[in-house]
Amino acid sequence: MKQSVSETPDFRKTIPIDQVGVEERVAKFNTRSIKKESKLYALKLALSMVDLTTLEGADSPGRVRQLCYKAMHPHDRIEDIPKVAAVCVYPSFVRLAKETLKGSGVNVASVATAFPSGWATMKSKIEEVRYCVEEGADEIDMVISRGEFLKGNYGYIFDEVAAVKEACGDAHLKVILETGELQTLDNVRKASDIAMYAGADFIKTSTGKISPAATQPVTLVMLEAIRDFYYKTGTRIGMKPAGGIRDAKLALRYLVMVRETLGSEWLTPDMFRFGASSLANDLLMQIVKQQTGVYQSSDYFSKD
Amino acid sequence: MSKRLDVKKTYKLYIGGAFPRSESGRYYSLTGKSGFTANICLASRKDFRNAVVAARKAQSGWAARSAYNRGQILYRIAEIMEGRRDQLIAELKLEGATDKQASKEVDAAIDRAVYFAGWSDKYQQVFGTVNPVASSHFNFSVPEPTGVVTILLPDSASLLGLLQFVLPAIVGGNTVVVLTAESRPLAPLTLGEILHSSDVPGGVINILSGYRSELISNFSTHMDVNAVMYGGNDEEAITLIQKNAAENVKHVVLRKDDDWFDEERNEHPYVIMELQEIKTTWHPVGI
Repeated sequence: MKQSVSETPDFRKTIPIDQVGVEERVAKFNTRSIKKESKLYALKLALSMVDLTTLEGADSPGRVRQLCYKAMHPHDRIEDIPKVAAVCVYPSFVRLAKETLKGSGVNVASVATAFPSGWATMKSKIEEVRYCVEEGADEIDMVISRGEFLKGNYGYIFDEVAAVKEACGDAHLKVILETGELQTLDNVRKASDIAMYAGADFIKTSTGKISPAATQPVTLVMLEAIRDFYYKTGTRIGMKPAGGIRDAKLALRYLVMVRETLGSEWLTPDMFRFGASSLANDLLMQIVKQQTGVYQSSDYFSKD
Repeated sequence: MSKRLDVKKTYKLYIGGAFPRSESGRYYSLTGKSGFTANICLASRKDFRNAVVAARKAQSGWAARSAYNRGQILYRIAEIMEGRRDQLIAELKLEGATDKQASKEVDAAIDRAVYFAGWSDKYQQVFGTVNPVASSHFNFSVPEPTGVVTILLPDSASLLGLLQFVLPAIVGGNTVVVLTAESRPLAPLTLGEILHSSDVPGGVINILSGYRSELISNFSTHMDVNAVMYGGNDEEAITLIQKNAAENVKHVVLRKDDDWFDEERNEHPYVIMELQEIKTTWHPVGI
């Protein structure tokens, strides 16, 4: 018998997920207590993992520029704080963001493939991705076609991700599963596996436009998919929960989850990101709180 | 028939319209003349932090309500207190008041709520001004709420004392976080239940019980607090509060006496103005 050329698994047979077990495990992570120096370290680490995001219809060049300055220089008075990992914008603002961030080491990520719904022809999606890469995007955040996925058309999703990966060239590809529309944790696991086998560098929970966005159970399921993929292939895939992570406390819980599921190799901005707009400020406020002992007010932190 | 078991009340905090136990799980025992009275939650700095978050969240919405509506809600507090009269009297007695003192205090407290309810849509007219200016502008000044106010009650304050601090603050659109006196928390914590059923939006009034010595620095340092009120005579505490408040220029309001019954001293609109800021607007006219 002829051996199969690909080791791609049959996605119809992806392992089932025990929802109750996942929720119990998440509850356990949330009991970890991180204090003092460890907390300060974790807060700074979390800040370095933030993808500072603006994805509004009302975005303007001024707003994007402001966000880039904030990314490079999160706060005036606190010493010894990292830059954020990347700035995430719509394709039209990639060039501007790239120019503003030049030489800073902060990446430019662009959403693409008819974000957030994913309803467009394959041709126009690929064109959009190429455009973003030409404009200078370092990272592409694509959305999968949830409509096709829910129909059971898994081959379509696989081909879609693979085609976009090819169009990305050197740019990193993050695949947004939009877990809020996938209905079950089993589907989340299935979509994660498809995305990873098709060539994703990162898998990402949500667009931030649908509620619920990132949740801890969903993230745990995706982290476990990454772990299994690593055991099988030796390739490390990154993870990005996005949307709904607004405070430092929750961010630290995610870090605990990553540490205890994947290990500290994943605790770097190269392997783990937070997609958020207001999280950065809360992290800054908590860092100042740790340093001064005084609770802070958002009045004293720039909004974007 | 067997004898019914006692249903003892656990006095809880009132934060953001909910009645949580202290985040820390700590409590202290209140003892009265007849020995043990009740266990009281011992609020931690994290409870305080949560209360400030709730107060901040509620502030803009509360200030945006019509003055008339705020007055209606204050009057409703009086109505519900009237219905809970007996309970409040019983609790004041547990705190050490005599029969006569307790009913006098509850009466005065209810009347005080009605008094400040009346001012809700009037103090702006008394203290707002139209200013003569030499250019073609319509120039006027109106009082606006300071924002989030923390209140440290003196040892003598229970129901009436608390209301004398809280009512002028909220009638003017501020939201408050108040720490009850260590020895007299019963009626104030029950007041939380009254507020909860009086259409006062959650977070507008937050009531904590605990040790003043533990919380005084948090009450006066928190950067998201705009004013701090202190009742008492401890000069050391006053100095500490004033120093801490300087960090973000909090407004400090001190009240050194504790005569809560005297109408002349307590029932006037100037106590409302202590937590108001004057905003002046220049509006072009003519041409």
